[in-house]
Amino acid sequence: MSNRTDSPKPGERGRFDWSPHAQALGFEFVSSEKAWATLKLPFREDLVGDPDSGVIAGGAVTALLDHVCGHAVMMAIDFMTPIATLDLRIDYMRAAEPGLGVFAEAHCYKVTRSIAFVRASAWDKDKGDPVATAQAAFMINSDSGRRGSGHPPEATSGQAGAR
Amino acid sequence: MSDAAEQLDALLSRIPYARYLGMRAELAGDEMTAILPFATHLIGNPTLPAIHGGVLGAFMEMTALAQISIMQGLTRQPRPIDISVEYLRPARPLTTYARAEIRKIGRRIANVHVEAWQETRANPITLLRGHFLLSPKEEI
Repeated sequence: MSNRTDSPKPGERGRFDWSPHAQALGFEFVSSEKAWATLKLPFREDLVGDPDSGVIAGGAVTALLDHVCGHAVMMAIDFMTPIATLDLRIDYMRAAEPGLGVFAEAHCYKVTRSIAFVRASAWDKDKGDPVATAQAAFMINSDSGRRGSGHPPEATSGQAGAR
Repeated sequence: MSDAAEQLDALLSRIPYARYLGMRAELAGDEMTAILPFATHLIGNPTLPAIHGGVLGAFMEMTALAQISIMQGLTRQPRPIDISVEYLRPARPLTTYARAEIRKIGRRIANVHVEAWQETRANPITLLRGHFLLSPKEEI
């Protein structure tokens, strides 16, 4: 990352391919547009949370929601920059149906110089009947003097209250 | 091994997603410490590298579920109603530990706080607060 890297354009796959955990969970790209992103977590037996019901783990949905929120932030800002989750609140409305994958859509509805605010929801069959909704805030790199410089991501850690 | 320790082992080994993450837990009396050894498939940001925020949320959520289950001797897992995760520090490629504290437990709902740390317990990397439903057959 020696030069400025533009964020993915609407419809481009963008960030999630680049994350080992997103690959390990098998997230699939569905769609994206300015400040919006939709991903899918296909059902897998090894992601089940409750063996009695065969329902996908709440934790896997948590990871999906965190990731789709981050993706929406990248779609909302014009350049690739390290981002860090500040907080993530998730309401679980109901269990996903056993054997079904989960979709998640996020909208980054406000970006300030250092913070991005996002809402998201996850569903299995019907978008109008969500399994979970989320609200998140992300730290984004301040662009003052660093924009496009390929500044080391450690800067984000510092802002997030690191060592 | 105590009954509670056996129950805890049985609980975690039966959850496919806990096995997928590589999560373990140890009991000292009634105090449980959950352990998540670092593995490359847990990385969210490869340039730092840092563990994925969603992994930590999931790990702490399962720590809360396990703590409620061993305290209550539940045969069925509690179900999360809502969780709120606060990220204080980046999660480095190290073993992560977590402990859950049940702040209130009623007939149907438990309020649980979880802290996760890596090298120094006094410097937690993430916190979780959540409500959990104790009788999962019932609708929320």
